[in-house]
Amino acid sequence: MYRSRSIQSSLSLKDKLLSIDYILVFAIFILGLVSILAMYSTDGGELKYHTNSHILRFFIFFVMFLILSFIQIRFWHSQSYLIYILFFLLLLGVKYFGLTSSGSKRWLDLYFMNLQPSELMKIGLILFLAKYYHRISIENINKLKYLFLPIIALIAPVILVATQPDLGTSILIAAGGLVVAWLAGVRVKFFAFSGLAFLSILPIAVSFLKPYQKTRILTFLNPERDPLGAGYQIIQSKIAIGSGGLFGKGFLQGSQSYLDYLPEKHTDFIFTLFSEEFGFFGSTFILFLYALIVWRIVRIGHITRSNFGKLYCYSFGTAFFIYVIVNMMMVLGLLPIVGSPLPIMSYGGSSMMAIMLGLGIVMSCKVYKDTPVN
Amino acid sequence: MLSPSSGNTVIKSKLISRRMFLITAAKALVMIGIMGRLVSLQINERSKYKTLSDKNRFREWKLAPERGVIKDFFGKELASNEQVYQVHLIPENSKDIERLFVRLKTILNITDKKLFYLKRIIKKQKPWEPIIVSDNITWSEFSRLNLFLHELEGVKPVVSVARMYPDNSSAHILGYVSQVSTKDLQTKKYLKDLHVPGMSIGKTGLERKLDKEIIGKIGFQRYEVNAYGKRIKQIVEDEGQAGKSFKTTLDYEVQKFTSEIIKDRAAAVCVMDIYNGDIISLVSSPSFEPNQFVHGLEEKYWNSLIKNKMKPLTNKAISGLYPPGSTIKTLVALSALENGIIKPLDTFKCTGKIELYGEKFHCWEKDGHGIVNLRKGIKRSCDVYFYEIARKLGVDRLSETAKKFGLGKKTLKDFVEERSGVVPNTKWKKKFIGQNWYLGETLHSGIGQGYFQSTPIQLCLMTAQIANGGFKIEPRIIFDEKNNNLRDYIKFKNENPNQPLPNDLLVKNFDLKPLFRNQENINLIKDAMYSSSNEPGGTSYRHRLSDKKFTFAGKTGSSQIKRFTEAQREAEVKQESLPYEDRDHALFVAFAPYDDPKYAISVLVEHGGSGGKTAAPIAKKVIKKVLERHDLRNKINSLVGEDV
Repeated sequence: MYRSRSIQSSLSLKDKLLSIDYILVFAIFILGLVSILAMYSTDGGELKYHTNSHILRFFIFFVMFLILSFIQIRFWHSQSYLIYILFFLLLLGVKYFGLTSSGSKRWLDLYFMNLQPSELMKIGLILFLAKYYHRISIENINKLKYLFLPIIALIAPVILVATQPDLGTSILIAAGGLVVAWLAGVRVKFFAFSGLAFLSILPIAVSFLKPYQKTRILTFLNPERDPLGAGYQIIQSKIAIGSGGLFGKGFLQGSQSYLDYLPEKHTDFIFTLFSEEFGFFGSTFILFLYALIVWRIVRIGHITRSNFGKLYCYSFGTAFFIYVIVNMMMVLGLLPIVGSPLPIMSYGGSSMMAIMLGLGIVMSCKVYKDTPVN
Repeated sequence: MLSPSSGNTVIKSKLISRRMFLITAAKALVMIGIMGRLVSLQINERSKYKTLSDKNRFREWKLAPERGVIKDFFGKELASNEQVYQVHLIPENSKDIERLFVRLKTILNITDKKLFYLKRIIKKQKPWEPIIVSDNITWSEFSRLNLFLHELEGVKPVVSVARMYPDNSSAHILGYVSQVSTKDLQTKKYLKDLHVPGMSIGKTGLERKLDKEIIGKIGFQRYEVNAYGKRIKQIVEDEGQAGKSFKTTLDYEVQKFTSEIIKDRAAAVCVMDIYNGDIISLVSSPSFEPNQFVHGLEEKYWNSLIKNKMKPLTNKAISGLYPPGSTIKTLVALSALENGIIKPLDTFKCTGKIELYGEKFHCWEKDGHGIVNLRKGIKRSCDVYFYEIARKLGVDRLSETAKKFGLGKKTLKDFVEERSGVVPNTKWKKKFIGQNWYLGETLHSGIGQGYFQSTPIQLCLMTAQIANGGFKIEPRIIFDEKNNNLRDYIKFKNENPNQPLPNDLLVKNFDLKPLFRNQENINLIKDAMYSSSNEPGGTSYRHRLSDKKFTFAGKTGSSQIKRFTEAQREAEVKQESLPYEDRDHALFVAFAPYDDPKYAISVLVEHGGSGGKTAAPIAKKVIKKVLERHDLRNKINSLVGEDV
């Protein structure tokens, strides 16, 4: 223990730099450039507001990611609960001081940016649970009394976010938390029981859903139900992707998007725009980049010695994969439109910040892969 | 803590890795699913989505082509196009269509009924397709509309062209245009790809006959539009093609002149070139206002038209069926001559009536015409003479001649409203009435009564074919330079029956069909007609034109509506004292000038009484007018190939 700590603390800057996973950095950087191209296209081929601020955010948070990579993994471990509590307080802050936009209260006005704490909570919950399950011994994992805290830690932010209302993000937060619990070894039966419990309270939950959320689910089940209303987004998105064909319509030539048939093209439907302009090869390329990123994250989890690092990397990698897949399935018409951004590609500062934070912690696991956390 | 937790850590680490392996497998499956979806959307169904994307992207607006013009022989436009001011509305550009209509009502004159109709159309069509709120507003309305345009979102003032007829003198033969009806779309196949909202199509007459070619080719504008319906840029513009214009054989001056003469009567006049069949004039009266039909007929006007007993909507010259009356006597005589039934100088005695098969047959001259031969029979129109020869001839031989000369079948091509009439014979009666022929009916047929039904244009054709020496011609109304030297051709034939044609008179694709066995018989009839019009005692002698240039040879006729009772006959009831509906139709056919025949004419006056009294004076005036214009017409005819 002492020895290894001394080894770690003696890592030189050169060692640290060498131990960075450059494939991951490279993949993220390429994805960032692609996202800038896509954003440029949503602005109609001009450097307008969305593109400019996306470029700015990407570089700020990319640099943040690189800096965070050098922070000791021990720091992340020791501060996990605190970070969770901080994010949770921010979420509470949203409830009382939040900004309301198009019917939901999701943002805090921080003067220099509008922060969406629910995005940060995606990382916060994973950190919290990774630390929690790192600390408790294996025989206690499936004891009811040890399940109590994780359930509270998961449900509290999920309810706060769901009532903003922001169904999409709350589901994604929950998904991240569940992944940690699963990886830590919580028995399948607990998932089954909680699934049953969830189903039994579903009717009650449904009664709390806003009408537009109910519509979304109904619309997903049958998009042609109301082609000009709620089904419009799914239909138009499928048209855009399908009409891209094999090679796409060409950069800045996506008629669905620049003639405004495509809704939310900056955010949730950025993949649609890219697929329309670059076709099957373009969308496969994006898919490949994401797969590469997930693979590198999981690989870092694999080579990290500490269980905290493993739990965190595996969980974050899986959550990241879920974010990507949920977004893609949504725009491909395989899931209801729940409002979930595509990591790094979508316009949105909080999402970018949360993802880069998450990646930064992953990279610190890589740099300090041999450092024990406690 | 260290050593137990160390083993614990390793077990935990293994557990985590095992579970991660499961997750990774699941991820791979999901990736395959996503790839499959991408393949299905972007490869398998790409053309379907491409079409859908283009459907989003492009919108087409069809442009109605300009209708071709119809001109008379001298180039005067009988049916032209005029500039009109219209109000169009694109429903999707209006935020509140109800309020817009309320506002429009204060500016334009729109009835509630029309509003209801417009709203129904809006529901039926795509929101970006324009509807025509009003297709012909006045200049003052138009300028007021433009003044308030900023408050009328979605409204588009449009300057367009519409059909315009200079007057109603040719209303029947030209027909009229009107909005396409659902029935039109079902029955007229050529409209399938042609339909543009607001486009008019020909409903009757030439407008209908020529519709396919005169409409033109539809144009369209294709725009790229965004999701809000805003036009981003024009992709294609095809202006279409204006419809083909047509030159007719009609003479507007004669049309106007004739319609003025007969405007107060229910009558029809048809004038034809006896050599090439050109229809110089075809007028039916009373007329209607064709311009009224172009922009949607007012109910009041429509009701007045259909309630009018004189049937202004019917083209009496081609759709009116009348017993030919005594005008058929020319053919009866010809048929008898040709079949060798009589010789020109064979005589019969007319005592005013004959009794045959137990029935009395009266001559119109109560006291009889005395001894009558063929010439006198036609000149005085002696019924008894024709009873006698019809009896000998028989109805079947008579019908054969009548059909040869154009009765009983349509004379023009593609005139839906033309009727074919009836030339009765024994077979016809058996087939259509289901009875055997009575001999008494042959006698009625011999004076053009009974089952005989003909149209004025058929009678004109019949007369023309007698006048040209007995050659078959085809009436035509669309100008065609093809058969213009037919006159010289037939004249040569008439004068040198047995010589081959000189080369310069050869007409391609022309098949000159003599309708006679012996041309001398035709000449006998022509001579008899001359006497009828120009010798004292002739039935139209009073209305002759003595100037050689205009002298015509004709035949009067009166077709009975109701048979006279014996009591009426005894009381010598005059036609004028009968109720209008019971009076005879007056008929007159003629050709002129007698020495060098050029034109044939038929005149019908419904319930006009005697042909000699009512129809002949009309023919006289029209013949003079037509012949006065002959030189001018001839000049143009000889300028074939040059634009007039």
